[in-house]
Amino acid sequence: MPKKQLALVIDLNVCVGCHACVTSCKEWNTSGWAGPLSDVNPYGADPTGVFFNRVQTFECGTFPDTETIHFPKSCLHCEEPPCVPVCPTGASYKREADGIVLVDYDKCIGCKYCSWSCPYGAREFDPGQGVMKKCTLCVDRIYDMTLPEDRRKPACVLACPSSARIFGDINDPNSDTSKAIRDNGGFQLMPEWGTRPSNHYLPRRKTTMTVHRDELVRVDNPLKVEGELPRPAFTTPTIDGASSW
Amino acid sequence: MRPAFSVLFLTTLIGAGQGLLIAMVTGQIFVTLGGGPEVSGGFFAGGGLLALILLGLGLVASMFHLANPQRGWRAASRWRTSWLSREVILIPLLCGLVLLYALAHLLSLREVSLVLGLLSLLVCLALFVCTGMIYACVRFIRQWASAWTVVNYLMMGLASGFTLAAGYAGLAGSALAGFLTAAALALTLAALAARLTQLWLNARGTARSCMKTAIGTHHTQIRQITQGFMGQSFNTQEFFTPGGAEAIRGLTLLFILAGFVAPLGLIVLGVPVVAFVIQFVGLMAERWVFFAAGEHVQNLYYQAKA
Ligand code: SF4
Ligand code: SF4
Repeated sequence: MPKKQLALVIDLNVCVGCHACVTSCKEWNTSGWAGPLSDVNPYGADPTGVFFNRVQTFECGTFPDTETIHFPKSCLHCEEPPCVPVCPTGASYKREADGIVLVDYDKCIGCKYCSWSCPYGAREFDPGQGVMKKCTLCVDRIYDMTLPEDRRKPACVLACPSSARIFGDINDPNSDTSKAIRDNGGFQLMPEWGTRPSNHYLPRRKTTMTVHRDELVRVDNPLKVEGELPRPAFTTPTIDGASSW
Repeated sequence: MRPAFSVLFLTTLIGAGQGLLIAMVTGQIFVTLGGGPEVSGGFFAGGGLLALILLGLGLVASMFHLANPQRGWRAASRWRTSWLSREVILIPLLCGLVLLYALAHLLSLREVSLVLGLLSLLVCLALFVCTGMIYACVRFIRQWASAWTVVNYLMMGLASGFTLAAGYAGLAGSALAGFLTAAALALTLAALAARLTQLWLNARGTARSCMKTAIGTHHTQIRQITQGFMGQSFNTQEFFTPGGAEAIRGLTLLFILAGFVAPLGLIVLGVPVVAFVIQFVGLMAERWVFFAAGEHVQNLYYQAKA
């Protein structure tokens, strides 16, 4: 069996763009033992800050034939992460055990070179600590045995009100993530770079139903009179010969 | 990309330092092979020390680029995979070699100095490759991701180093002045040709990714409504250029004139020291343009605020 690779599957068909994952991510990760996600000038005119997760919005087509796509974006924990080998200190690494790509904040010198080697813009530099940061898949809670089992998930997954985020091992064919990818046409971002992102996205899906004309008109109503049908007498013969009511 | 001044200084200073050292060593080889009159060891020692100063200044500039320079030593650990790590190892190594090279000349150890010179020449060339590859291996910036990046780092370092060497030889009244001046002219011309080639190629290239693959939606018309926040982030600061296309155009013209055309004229006029100063400023502008003109793929995700 291939190695374990934890990842998120994000359903673009369900995401409503509420930013609940953004705020819950920030709250969890800024309060952790690894130090805050610094904000600069948070209440001023030109605020900046570190986030692991952003929800963006795109529009396809021209008005009025448009479609809105809410698009959550975080580190995709690539299976061939181009950000890792370029790091001169070894601070950026991919875990053997579960495939999570992490930054060791005690080793990072803040050269920012890794961020240049991520095509997705998933890494954000923390000017407060002077180190590079990115999504950790909430590595500090998914293995926390003091939490009940159903709470051992990334904060964003727990927060999503529309269940657009699925968490699991994409290399285990029976996981929820694998099934979702398989059954719903899961895809990867920018496959042209060969990064093999672990996070997958599920496409927008149209739910349609064909209704034929005769399904709209009652066939047992030849006089086109709407209303309650006349109740036949108890003894009237019927098709199945059992009862007339 | 946003040009960081620490990196502009680092790459231009060590480039000139390496070029100067290569000029000294090739000069010495030229003399040894009997191509010119005897030159005193003091001349080469002085040139070596001058190169050492440039390399040292570059190192200081690089420290300003790191947010946690106290852990800088760790950057030497990943030389197997990272060009940045390889550069970090080669710079101090080169500094040490140059120091020994200058010492050997001061102690009049001709043979030893030649061996050390050849060694540092090789390390210089390797360092040029490392510095260039740091940028050339960033696949996601198409303007950087080509062999021309390495060629240009090499050629511009050589051009500025030889111009400086010509100026130094002129001031020191060395017999090598003619040889170094001719080389400075040739190298500056070659560097200009190489840089113009890259400018031309970059203007013709096309991006590999588009909105379709960025968000995986098969639609011909996709536009961003919001990047997800109203303020700034690392992604909007590090990867975008202040001043935009206009600044790039203006500074491109400036670096062609100040970095190449003016120095060529000034070398011909016999004032190579002035030529070097102007060329150095021009090459700083060139480095600024090199960074600013790099368009990163991630910019696809940061186009609109709402
Ligand atoms: S999304 Fe970017 S930061 Fe995350 S693993 Fe892939 S390349 Fe690295
Ligand atoms: S910023 Fe930190 S993690 Fe990124 S390449 Fe530099 S040392 Fe490595």
